[in-house]
This record gives sequence, C-alpha cells and structure tokens, in this order.
Amino acid sequence: MAFQGTDTYVASDALRLAVDAAVALERPLLIKGEPGTGKTLLAEELASALGSRLITWHIKSTTKAQQGLYEYDAVSRLRDSQLGIEGVNEVGNYIKPGKLWEAFESDERAVLLIDEIDKADIEFPNDLLQELDRMEFYVYEIDRTVRARHRPIIVITSNNEKELPDAFLRRCFFHYIDFPDRETLQQIVAVHFPDIESRLVAQALDVFFDIRDVPGIKKKPSTSELVDWLKLLMADELAREALYDRDPAKALPPLAGALIKNEQDTGLLERLAFMVRRQQSARR
Amino acid sequence: MFLGLFETLRRHGVPVTLRELLDLHAGVERGVVFADSEAFYRLARLTLVKDERYYDRFDRAFAAWFEGIDNLDAAIDALIPDDWLRREFERSLSAEEKARIESLGGLEQLIETFKQRYAEQRERHAGGNKWIGTGGTSPFGAYGYNPEGMRIGQDGSRQRRAVKVWDERRFRDYDDSRELGTRNIKLALRRLRHFARSGAGEEFDIDATIDATARDAGLLNVRTRPERHNAVKVLLLLDVGGSMDDHVHTCEELFSACRSEFKHLEHFYFHNCIYEGLWRDNRRRHQRLSTFEMLRTFGNDYKLIIVGDAAMSPYEISHPGGSVEHFNDEPGGVWLQRLAAKFERLAWLNPMPAASWERTHSTRLIRQLIGDRMYPLTLQGLESATRELIH
Repeated sequence: MAFQGTDTYVASDALRLAVDAAVALERPLLIKGEPGTGKTLLAEELASALGSRLITWHIKSTTKAQQGLYEYDAVSRLRDSQLGIEGVNEVGNYIKPGKLWEAFESDERAVLLIDEIDKADIEFPNDLLQELDRMEFYVYEIDRTVRARHRPIIVITSNNEKELPDAFLRRCFFHYIDFPDRETLQQIVAVHFPDIESRLVAQALDVFFDIRDVPGIKKKPSTSELVDWLKLLMADELAREALYDRDPAKALPPLAGALIKNEQDTGLLERLAFMVRRQQSARR
Repeated sequence: MFLGLFETLRRHGVPVTLRELLDLHAGVERGVVFADSEAFYRLARLTLVKDERYYDRFDRAFAAWFEGIDNLDAAIDALIPDDWLRREFERSLSAEEKARIESLGGLEQLIETFKQRYAEQRERHAGGNKWIGTGGTSPFGAYGYNPEGMRIGQDGSRQRRAVKVWDERRFRDYDDSRELGTRNIKLALRRLRHFARSGAGEEFDIDATIDATARDAGLLNVRTRPERHNAVKVLLLLDVGGSMDDHVHTCEELFSACRSEFKHLEHFYFHNCIYEGLWRDNRRRHQRLSTFEMLRTFGNDYKLIIVGDAAMSPYEISHPGGSVEHFNDEPGGVWLQRLAAKFERLAWLNPMPAASWERTHSTRLIRQLIGDRMYPLTLQGLESATRELIH
C-alpha cells in the first residue's frame, strides 16, 4: 500500500515515503514542522485514506504517560463498596483503558495520533519507550498484559517546545515538514478552493511570501493561515479589490488579522510601510 | 552494505547509531524504495536523522558519499547547461560548487560526460517519462533545476533529481551546531525543583483517605490533596549589551529553559554591573525599577541567579561614578554586597571560560564580593550552581 495524499491533503514525495516506511516497518512516525503545516491533519488524512479508525491522544502539560495506558478509579470503587454495589470485587470494573490500550485492542489496525508530545513534562516520552517498542504493557491491578492485536500506526507530532530524549528518538522515524514552495502551495490552495480565481491566488501568494520574507518577523504566517485568509478574501469583495490595487505604502494587506497574529509583527510591517512612504515622498 | 554512508555521516557529525542503520537496511529489504536514488536519499534521511538541525549535515555527508559512487547515473544530471546558458550558469555557481566542478575535470568535460549519459538514459527511459518526450530545447526546463534552487518545469518531482535534492541544502538554516540544547539545560535545572503542595485539592490522597475512613468506623471518607508543583522561586538578573552580545545565544537558551521550568521566575536586566536601577524590558530600559525596591519586593526565599561576563572596568565596582552609562552615587560593589546579604542562595553564571577569569581584574573582585560563587555557563557549571542553590 502507498499513501498518496488525499483529495484534501497534498503530501510531498518525502512525506509519502515517510508514511510508507513507517507503516511498512511498524515504527512510530515523529512529525515536526512549523505550526500550521498540517502535522495533525496528516494523521486524520492517513486514517481516512486507509479507512481505519483514528484515535487521538492530545497531550497537555499535565498529561502523564500512565493516562495513555489506563487509569484505576479507586474512588469509585471505594464508594461502590460502601453502597454494596455488585461487581465491586472485580477490580477490572474500575480500570479505565487509555488511548494506547484502545489502540492496541482495536479489532483492526488503528491510527494513533499522539498530538503535541512536546507539551508534556520533559520525562514523558521516556515513560512510553517500552510501550511503543514492544507494543504491550502490563496492568498490575488485574495482572494482565495488554498486547497489540494489530500494531497501530503511530503518528507523533511535536512543535519543538521541548527537545525529546535520544532514546525516544531512536525508536521513531523522523520527518520534518518543510514549508511548501509556491507550486505546492498552489496545489494546496487548489485542493481547498477548487474554483478560486487564479488572479486572487497569484496576488495573495505574492503578499503571503512577501510577509514571510520580512526579516525579523516573529510568527511567519503558515499554510493554514493562508487558507483561512483566502477563505475570508473570497467572501469579501471589497477586501479583494483592496488586494488587487495594493499600494506598498499601505501598511497591512486587507484582512491581515488572519495572517498576522502578533502585535509586534503588525508594528514591524507598519514601520516598513512607513519607510516606503518616506522614500516615496523623498523621491517626489 | 551502507557502512560507507554510516561512516561518512559520523565523520560529518550526524549522530547515528547502529540501530538506525539497521532500520535503513530493513527499509531497503522490505522494498520501501527500489532503484531510485532520490527515494533512497529520503529513506536514509527518514531513518538516520532525528532532528532537523542535522538535515544540512546529512545532506553534505550524503553528497560526499554519493559522489564516491559513480555507477549511478543520477549523479550526472546535475550540471547540463547548453553553450548559450553557460555564462549565466557559471555566474550562479558558488565558489565551493565551482571548486567541485574543477575537481571533476572542469565544466567542459563534465558536460561531455553528461551528454553521453543523457543519450543513454534517454533510450533507456524512452516513453516512460514525460520530460524526455517534451524536453530537449531548454536544458533548464528539462532538467528542472538551476543551482540556486529554482525549479522550472511542471511534471511533478521527476525533475528534482536526487543529486540536486541534497545539494540544494535547503536546511542550511537549521544547522546551528549548538552545544547546549535547551533539553540539557532543563535537565540540569531540574535539580532546582522543589515540590510543594498548594492550591485546590485535586489528587486522591490514599493514606489520608484510609486514615479518615478508619476513624469514621469504616464509613468512606474521601480525602484529596493539591497536586505537587515546583515551588522554587528564581530571580534572574541578566547582563545585556556590550561584551555580552557574543553570548546572546547561550543566554537566550538558558532563559527559555528557565522560563518553561520555573513557575516563579522573575527577571531583570542590567548593564555591566548592578547599580541602583534595573529594567525588565530591553526596549523600555529607561523605565527602571529601583534596586532597593527589588530588594524589598522579593523575599530571601528567592534564589538569585546572575548571568554576566563580569568583564568591566574595575572602577565600576569600586568607585562612585564608575558606571559607563550614568553617574552612580554608590559603587557597583556596594550593590553587589547588598544583594549577597539579602539573598543567601546566589550564583553567578559566567559565559566566559573559567580559565580566563583570573586574568580579568573585575572578575576577581566580583568573585570576592559574592563569596566565590561564580560558575561557568556550561552544563557542568550549571550543575554545580544548582547544587549551591539548592541547600
């Protein structure tokens, strides 16, 4: 089988190969890249392309590795024992399976997305080494080993907020989603908006790449922001007109809020525009 | 089989281990890639490299290794200008690329070789590949590449032949060869964790529950307790500007590691030496906070970390009016003593190598003033500093 991208997702050759290799060799695939380049989307699209179930485990700063395996609800059990509810002797009734368990026990091969692994504590990845390696873990409370019936396809995303430990990295395949070039972006736009005017795309991409090239910009606008911006532009005739006869002395492109998410960057662009204006008036 | 590649990578400083090499073998064995050098390059990068920082080094190593293998025809179609394009082409080459061409026997010969190979290749691939059918008039259109990384030609990735993919070195920016990653800093700072329970009870407390339940004659009495948080308080004073500009990167890393590690982190900036005013934001450094106020605001349970190279004129420490920026009524040394008296847990981190400290008069003075608690801004230094700060 080979992952080809989908109707709504444009995958580069390198990414396709990465997915194929990870599936064939049954290794977790670690995806990094600028925010908004479609890291999380990859798992969703992969699951829909393979027709398998997607299990998502969102990682937060308080997430513990154990929560992905299972949780033992001692409080409910104590309460039930007080009330004399049936089944309280059976400890298994109070074990709540986590996302990994769910993925391991799935009847068919599932896609497990471990999203934003860098958000968790610095030790978090180390606590999952054995589980990801052998695809099994042991539940003390019920004395049972949970083994993967079908090794799930594991996609892990990271935003580089914390570096990951070497031992963890060794077990993964690593792919860095490079920022797409203009051609690829055009494909992506075409996938999202099949009947968009080509003039709008060309203009918008010019502005988009100009902004990305501004030296010192803090948060470069990314693919998902471009898509949002185009969506707004398509809905707003006036903004579109403003984009077409764009004057370099005007600070911000129309509806810039969709592209620029940071007041420092807004200030930077305004300063640049101010300099352009001054140059123009000096020339006059 | 790929031992040559493995060795080349290690020589170029890409951290690869046997395990990853075996992965690559497994990938090739399973037929993930077959007879396609570009795909092989991608598979090798996927399995052997674990951080985008090393992509550039990997590209260089791969190119070096690949050049040694001459029976792969993909190595040829890198440089194929026609006569009318040659000048344009030469202008766009960088010095190192020119040097490489020279080493391959000069441009002329290379083009000859290429043309031969191209003819063979054309026959072999006839019909299968679109660009051969349409190409031929404009070399740049046909091979889809110019050495500056511009891609011309539209039929997908075929044009982006393997050699050029790694020779593009698109990940040059990510390779910063930094010695001290933030992960290491964070691990070093972990020693400073001081766990305390405060706030709302969220965690189930088994011991207290058993206790309370037993006391209630077996009637369940659930107890919770607050989760543990790192309660250590850190006050960070950073020297900025002047001689510290060389160390900006290291300091930024330390700062970002501290920011994510400590909840109670306060930071201030100073220039060269600490005087009566500090500031929080470098762009508004004229909105100063009086150092007295700082001393009053933060209790002595804060651990004080000063980051600076301690390289200044000795007068800045010893004489009033010694500051390079303004007239100070009291010498910097007095302020340092006040800080040292207030904050028992104090460490000075110096980005300069420890061997050079003795040579700087001001560094010696400061070490005396703070009781020799100066540590180099390296991992070992950071560890000794945390040991000093913890008790």
